[in-house]
Amino acid sequence: MATDKEIDSHSGTETTGHEWDGIKELNTPLPRWWLTIFYACIAFAVGYWILMPAWPLANGYTHGLLGYHQRDAVMADIGKLQSFRAGEAAGLDKDSLEQIVASPKLLQFAEAEGKSVFGDNCAPCHGSGAQGSRGFPNLNDDDWLWGGKLEDIQHTITVGVRSTSPDTRQSQMPAWGRDHMLTPAQINDLTEYVVHLSHRPADAAAVQRATKLFADNCAPCHGPEGKGSQQFGAPNLTDNIWLYGPTRADIHDQIWNGHGGVMPTWGGRLSPETIKALAVYVHSLGGGQ
Amino acid sequence: MQPDAARSKFRLDLFLVPGFLILGFFVAVYEAAQSPDYRMVIQAWTFMVCMAVAGVWFLRRYGNGVPEDERGAYQNDVIKAGVIAAMIWAVAAFLVGIIIAFQLTYPNQMYIASLPYFNFGRMRPLHTSAAIFAFGGNVLLATSFYVVQRTSKARLFGGSLAWFVFWGYNTFIVMAGTGYLLGITQGREYAEPEWYMDLWLTIVWVGYLLAFLGTIWKRKEPHIYVANWFYLAFIVTIAMLHIINNLAVPVSFMEVKSFSAMSGVQDAMVQWWYGHNAVGFFLTAGFLGIMYYFVPKRAERPVYSYRLSIVHFWTLIFIYIWAGPHHLLYTALPGWVQTLGMTFSIMLWMPSWGGMINGLMTLSGAWDKLRTDPVLRMLVVSVAFYGMSTFEGPVMSIKTVNALSHYTNWTIGHVHSGTLGWVGFVSFGALYCLVPWLWKRQRLYSVQLVEWHFWVSTIGIVFYITSMWVAGIMQGLMWRAYNSFGFLEYSFVETVQAMHPYYLIRAIGGVLYLIGTLIMFYNLIRTIRGDVRGAEPIAASAAAAAA
Repeated sequence: MATDKEIDSHSGTETTGHEWDGIKELNTPLPRWWLTIFYACIAFAVGYWILMPAWPLANGYTHGLLGYHQRDAVMADIGKLQSFRAGEAAGLDKDSLEQIVASPKLLQFAEAEGKSVFGDNCAPCHGSGAQGSRGFPNLNDDDWLWGGKLEDIQHTITVGVRSTSPDTRQSQMPAWGRDHMLTPAQINDLTEYVVHLSHRPADAAAVQRATKLFADNCAPCHGPEGKGSQQFGAPNLTDNIWLYGPTRADIHDQIWNGHGGVMPTWGGRLSPETIKALAVYVHSLGGGQ
Repeated sequence: MQPDAARSKFRLDLFLVPGFLILGFFVAVYEAAQSPDYRMVIQAWTFMVCMAVAGVWFLRRYGNGVPEDERGAYQNDVIKAGVIAAMIWAVAAFLVGIIIAFQLTYPNQMYIASLPYFNFGRMRPLHTSAAIFAFGGNVLLATSFYVVQRTSKARLFGGSLAWFVFWGYNTFIVMAGTGYLLGITQGREYAEPEWYMDLWLTIVWVGYLLAFLGTIWKRKEPHIYVANWFYLAFIVTIAMLHIINNLAVPVSFMEVKSFSAMSGVQDAMVQWWYGHNAVGFFLTAGFLGIMYYFVPKRAERPVYSYRLSIVHFWTLIFIYIWAGPHHLLYTALPGWVQTLGMTFSIMLWMPSWGGMINGLMTLSGAWDKLRTDPVLRMLVVSVAFYGMSTFEGPVMSIKTVNALSHYTNWTIGHVHSGTLGWVGFVSFGALYCLVPWLWKRQRLYSVQLVEWHFWVSTIGIVFYITSMWVAGIMQGLMWRAYNSFGFLEYSFVETVQAMHPYYLIRAIGGVLYLIGTLIMFYNLIRTIRGDVRGAEPIAASAAAAAA
């Protein structure tokens, strides 16, 4: 085949003398820079193998001169962080919630931790700004279902609402319509009554008819004036803050079906100190009592 | 042609191929009748329809004797079929990509609870499989069958075997795609199809290997051309990867579900050994085969360096196979495996770039053609994207970089600079070459439309990868940001919210890329029909006709 070799006129390089479907190949040597970088990469790799765990052996693996171990490195980092936070963490552990709030340094720390924990655990339901959404309470306002004091918030986080915890905050609004406890006409009247409670124009006749119904069926939890009860987690119906929506259709739906949301119990999932920090954070959002 | 003529008296393939189609059909009939799983029944019916279509087509083609196409020097019809399939799958794949891009941008508006079939979780593998295996796979089938015949001066081995590969492979694609929408998946990235589809693909792939190797075996050239080394490496390695990664035990032969033979971190490692080498041998080696034929052919220049092609071929395939662990850095994977994954990825940089150098430097002496021939420009830009993403890859495999980039959109941007820029553009370039050659047209319908395709799609890629770089790096930085007490600064959902504008830019980039592809689709269909758009610059037409 040697006779087929030719010099390419453009590059002055010899071809290999082969040709496939009109394609020829130049016999250009390997680019020097290419080879140099390739060798440098290999040298880097060999150096890395010497220093770091790298090659499997019959019984284990080469550990490398640096003795690096990923898990040890993580544990060392966590240890460093723990010792850095040791003072504040101890404060959170032993001080009462009131003491934490009274100490500027502890308060700052608890709010920082609480914000972080809130973002990863609470935000999916309550929103990243704690603004809530339908069925999930807004935590920025001063309307509290189960109490807005520091201890109340701490307890709610710890045991949850209608959760699996034996100590859970528990209550259930009946499904007055679905379970045929009241007639559709009665529920229509009650809807008008609840609209009336929130100081909005309502059908006076219906409100009149529903007054006794409300007193008999709703007042035991929501109170005679509809101002709610934190003992039962029963919302205040007079403040125009609505968990399941403000319209007549929303209110009717709630009386008919008696929705009740679930909040998980965080005790056992988050440490007591973390829950304290979270309670301080939620309390600080604007509506804490 | 004397020996070929003699052999055509008895064609074993004309018995074997229909045999497999009939066998497949009746296995599916049995499954459809016996399976308690409605999804398996739907899959079985789908398979029956595919086998029936292929069978009818087979009868029509061979019913009146061996067609002209299989008596000439080269067999071209199967390549034409692959080209058309690739064109159709490209549009489908990119369309699904745009849908899922908008699903990420507007998750509330684009979520339909009553239509689980079109949830992101099912559409995403539909997109990746359609792009990689349906579009990319058909391009590889078509180009490899084209290239191996020309560079071996031999007709395809096995006669209708290549057709079995074409129909069988596309049946696999249809089965996999409809299966995803039904919720059938192994949950292994890029290997989602369940056990029965994997078995079918294995049969098809053996056919592919036989057809390709057989053609090389009967070649009339003394040497095997470099493009064929790459195609062969692709076919052989994908066979090995596919079989090992899909080792699984079906719950029952009548049900879709199976369980992997491996578990825990070993399973993850095998999956990413497969996953990364699917990139390495499907999307890199296979498409380098395309590059090594179509770039010198189109530029009409000799390949820059034979020696470089040898060295970078062997280093590439030796080193690539080790790089998978870089997908599992900072996980339960043992540290030493992580080290090997990272260091081999770094060593892979220059072997990858060997292909880029050979592609770009082949243009030496023909750079002026880039001005007039947008097809060549597309091929060359694809090589540039190849170079960029094969530099970015080793950088991202470095543990400290990976600590930032892993799980972020940076990875998505990286993959798409490779797939949109390299795989897509080199495929488009090859299709623009192949259609006039196969259908014996003077030139493309319109070279100016190729210009439009080139620029619209290039701008689309730029939108895509820049938005994903910014989004990914921002995401990584937000995840690791902490305050003075060492608490995380941002909640996860805040980092998701921050992605929104970038997701929108990315989706727009995808739309542009699809528009470019639709322009190509139109241009190629018109070319196939034999139309020529008048009043185009002479230089451009001449460049296209020169091929």
